[in-house]
Amino acid sequence: MDCRPVPSREEILAALEKKQGGVATAKLQAATVAVCGLGGLGSNIAISLARSGIGKLILIDFDTVDITNLHRQQYKVTQVGLPKAEALLENLKEVAPYVRYEVHNEKVTAENAVRLLADADIVCEAFDRADAKSMLVDVVLERFPQKTLVAASGMAGFESGNAIRTRKLTERFYLCGDGKSDVDQDIGLTAPRVMLCAAHQALTVIRLILGEKDV
Amino acid sequence: MLKINGENVDAAGKTIAQYLAEAGYNQVRIAVERNGEIVPKAKYGETVLAEGDCVEVVNFVGGG
Repeated sequence: MDCRPVPSREEILAALEKKQGGVATAKLQAATVAVCGLGGLGSNIAISLARSGIGKLILIDFDTVDITNLHRQQYKVTQVGLPKAEALLENLKEVAPYVRYEVHNEKVTAENAVRLLADADIVCEAFDRADAKSMLVDVVLERFPQKTLVAASGMAGFESGNAIRTRKLTERFYLCGDGKSDVDQDIGLTAPRVMLCAAHQALTVIRLILGEKDV
Repeated sequence: MLKINGENVDAAGKTIAQYLAEAGYNQVRIAVERNGEIVPKAKYGETVLAEGDCVEVVNFVGGG
């Protein structure tokens, strides 16, 4: 594997332009997106956005890869125990080596969010805990009048994927998910349903970068 | 009357903090959108609901 040639930056860019169009690709290349939390949502969002040719990704998580993460998160069995930020960076470089990555192995708090998120045009909330989601909405929408937040609530269980949708609550706040399925009700998480919600978030980010503000 | 999560509610004159407490919401798990803007948590105590307001309380659930 290691001796196989990696396509050049120019080749990857040409391929993106062929599949996404030159105008869209140029806009994506100029964007910076932060992903807060690198679990089932965040790791899938990051892979989608990196493959799409986002210019810069800011990736933040304080946790390490656990064996119970492997069924839905973009990590490998050999990465159990590693910090998620570090492990995801390794994996992203294998699929999208020319994205600029800034990784932070720390917990996002109301105090450090302003420093961590300063460079981002759009912020993805991809935490697992309801109180952390609520905190990030508060911090981003109050402290950063220019930024848009794409958050998620409700992607647990085995119910229909059609219940997962994207809503625009304000000009700067989009919310993906079914709004109700709660891991605290002990209904579990499954890969495709979490990935569906992550895909809603990633697509919303891409549409916003392209100037499509409606859902 | 005003609308909260799509329902007519007689809460004009109350602060958002008062309404949330009466309705049993846990402030650390929610976001409040009022007339197209998110209300910062720090302003729940001073923001008074008015006739005709359109409010959504987003009650976040866990999972990610």
